[in-house]
Amino acid sequence: MEFPTQSSPYLPLSNDLNRLMVQVMLALIPGALCLFWFFGWGVLFNLLITATTAVAAEAIVLKLRKRPVMATLSDGSAILTGLLLGLALPPLAPWWIPVVGALSAIVVAKQLYGGLGYNPFNPAMVGYVVLIISFPLQMTLWSPPRGIEAEFLPFLDTVRMVFTQALADGMTLDGVTMATPLDASKTELGLNLTWSEILSKPLYGSFAGHGWEWINTAFLICGLWLWQRRAIDWRIPLGMLSALFIVSLLFYIADADSFGSPIFHLFSGATMLGAFFIATDPVSAATTPRGRLYFGAGIGILTYVIRSWGGYPDGVAFAVLLMNMAAPTIDYYTQPRVFGHRDPRDS
Amino acid sequence: MQCLMVTILEQPLKIPGGLRLSANKSQSLRAPLRQARIPARLYVPLSQHIGEAAEPLVGVGGSILKGQPIARSLSYISAPVHAPTSGRIIDIGAYPVPHPSGLKADCMVIEADGEDRAAPGSLRMEDVFEADPADIRQRVRDAGIVGLGGAGFPTSVKLNPGPGREVELLVINAAECEPYISCDEALMCCRTQEVIDGVRVMRHALHARQTVIGIEDNMPKAISCLQNGLDQAGETDIRVIAIPTVYPAGGEKQLIYTLTGEEVPSQGLPIDLGIVCHNVGTAAAVGRALLQGEPLISRVVTVTGAGVRQPANLDVRVGTPIADLIEQCGGYTDKATRLLMGGPMMGVSLPSDAMPIIKTTNCILAASRQEAPQPLPAHPCIRCGKCAEVCPASLLPQQLYWYAHARNLDKAQDYKLFDCIECGCCAQVCPSHIPLVQYYRFAKTEIWNQEREREKADIARQRHEFHLERLEREKKELQERRAKAKKALNKPKVGNADSKKAEIAAALERVKTRKAKQSVTARNTDNLSEEKQAEITKIDKRRASNPNENRP
Repeated sequence: MEFPTQSSPYLPLSNDLNRLMVQVMLALIPGALCLFWFFGWGVLFNLLITATTAVAAEAIVLKLRKRPVMATLSDGSAILTGLLLGLALPPLAPWWIPVVGALSAIVVAKQLYGGLGYNPFNPAMVGYVVLIISFPLQMTLWSPPRGIEAEFLPFLDTVRMVFTQALADGMTLDGVTMATPLDASKTELGLNLTWSEILSKPLYGSFAGHGWEWINTAFLICGLWLWQRRAIDWRIPLGMLSALFIVSLLFYIADADSFGSPIFHLFSGATMLGAFFIATDPVSAATTPRGRLYFGAGIGILTYVIRSWGGYPDGVAFAVLLMNMAAPTIDYYTQPRVFGHRDPRDS
Repeated sequence: MQCLMVTILEQPLKIPGGLRLSANKSQSLRAPLRQARIPARLYVPLSQHIGEAAEPLVGVGGSILKGQPIARSLSYISAPVHAPTSGRIIDIGAYPVPHPSGLKADCMVIEADGEDRAAPGSLRMEDVFEADPADIRQRVRDAGIVGLGGAGFPTSVKLNPGPGREVELLVINAAECEPYISCDEALMCCRTQEVIDGVRVMRHALHARQTVIGIEDNMPKAISCLQNGLDQAGETDIRVIAIPTVYPAGGEKQLIYTLTGEEVPSQGLPIDLGIVCHNVGTAAAVGRALLQGEPLISRVVTVTGAGVRQPANLDVRVGTPIADLIEQCGGYTDKATRLLMGGPMMGVSLPSDAMPIIKTTNCILAASRQEAPQPLPAHPCIRCGKCAEVCPASLLPQQLYWYAHARNLDKAQDYKLFDCIECGCCAQVCPSHIPLVQYYRFAKTEIWNQEREREKADIARQRHEFHLERLEREKKELQERRAKAKKALNKPKVGNADSKKAEIAAALERVKTRKAKQSVTARNTDNLSEEKQAEITKIDKRRASNPNENRP
């Protein structure tokens, strides 16, 4: 009897790229729902626009590059990049902001470098950074979180604002938008307010920014689930969060009036989203076990530095990109000791 | 004397990386080990081992008896082949063999006479535990025993630690870590005594100070069989140690690490640590040869998988066609879609069952589509690092893949490509379904080819340089000779008549002997009839007695 041949191993494979991507997307849902609850319809518009743009852009570029379109799209990486970018954008940003961001992410950061697996930088963060550098004004259009005494934009008003940049009668831009806690605290520290004075304002909740603390908690829990499912490596989040914790703790101990508490930093802005969903993008991260700890730690430290002394509201995106640059070097110097290459001095 | 300390750990270690795979061994262990039928025709390859192929000793048409050597080894790293049963050699030629290359190889085809008559053997040693290790090695060699774990390295070579080297620890590898394979387990349960005898012979041949049998802890029955056997034999110096079940704990280097915590150096051998490692089946074969006088003509083979009706372990004669063996296990089910020799992680995928069982065939796995599915299309590597997590050699498979893919072979070697044992763990967990092991095999082969090419080029260059050197030298010598001749011509002639006469006489003598020699040696008169031959001899004699006759 004749049989087809192939190369070993032969067992059914235990992992799958699509399954991995789908798991990550599922894990984004609770955090996204939290964002939606606190910041309204704009969040959904952002996600919708970034995801569609990302997929469309990927399809077009693949077509131009004469690569299989459907097979590649089905890996789910383009839509995931779109979703990650969408989660980072201000909910009241005009519709072209997510479009430009997703185009930069997919076309420039991903496909121009050769597509999935070949991009040295995290595409979603490239998209974000392009936006925050080029359109700083639009990137501040965060609405006040639900529960704060401010106007909460209903669906139709959000549609009008996002797609025509027109405000409803009797509304002012200052009335419907508000700085994020990270941004606001920076300004207020600049006004010589002490940290405890700042925290007493309504923008702040029980342990970090109002709303943001729960959004971050959701991302943390889902991130842990991803780790438990072995979809992400634990080293990068652990490295990033512990470095952020330690550095912020040191400064907080030194001067509790001018520096935010470690808990504030861990549960503000994009910390948890960054730690579990963005920094863990394996393509652009360090790949050795030890290197991943360093890579994560580097992101944690840089995030803190940019948040505390930089000119931008949050530092995660820049920190991730800077560490992406360092990843090849980290990998080179953190190669594990190969079995049988024990240092003769040890024995 | 080199003396190394090796300690057996109280608590066996877990190897770095590795996978926990479902064992799938129970199917083939339901029925006890049984004797396989001797087929009508056996195809016995001349190369069933690492090293040079054996050379046939019996021609086509020759009758043979069971156990009789039918091919001999010509070099140190080689092994002879014995007749698996009695019968007649009906052909020697190229037939399909179970080799990854898929090429045919020389086989001796035997038509069995069904009588299975044994040849008188000379392998048995009455006083084996007093015998000289060199004698034991010679018998093991004569018995054609090679490593039965899969590699097929001649066992006698591995029983020789080399001059000035002492064996601190003999490790018997009974881990059998690949799924589906249960031939060693069956052997240990059903032929415990043979195993123990073999281990004791090996221990004696190596003068090993300590002996340990390493066995995965998912084989409690085999462990208790061995332990009972050892207890009954009053053997307290052979330890049976259960090691954690994780693939590939049965790799030689991995097993040594598990038991002792020592790492066999890269490019090194266990003997560098004072350790020798043999497969448990090999040990049994050694015991069988030296205590019962039977050379390696059969082995235990696991026939299993959802593609075969009655999975079982059988004692099979070498040379039995796989198709025949499958037939004896109830034939194929309609699920059989792939035929593997060896396990599902490192086995060889066979194109057909018209191939023989050889000395190294531990398992025939007729797999269903669920057990061994079609390879899935590969996606790009996303450097997720799952491969690095499971690599038992602590390599970075993602980097190796990157460089192998880009044909950057130097870089691949920098990342220790040659420490890859091709266990397949990385490919097994790759979410992008990249056939990683295939890339590593490709890169290794490329590097070997390059080295071979480089060597060839070196030799060619050397030859060219020698050629130029010789031309130069010859030119110089010619010039020197000419100069000398010129000098001689210009030299004033000296000497007396006597010396000249002597010189002439000597020259004449030289000519004479040369001529005489020519007349004797230069004959093109072979294959003549007897009387002609006699005549020529007579003339030759006459000429020799009267040399002047030869002159024109």
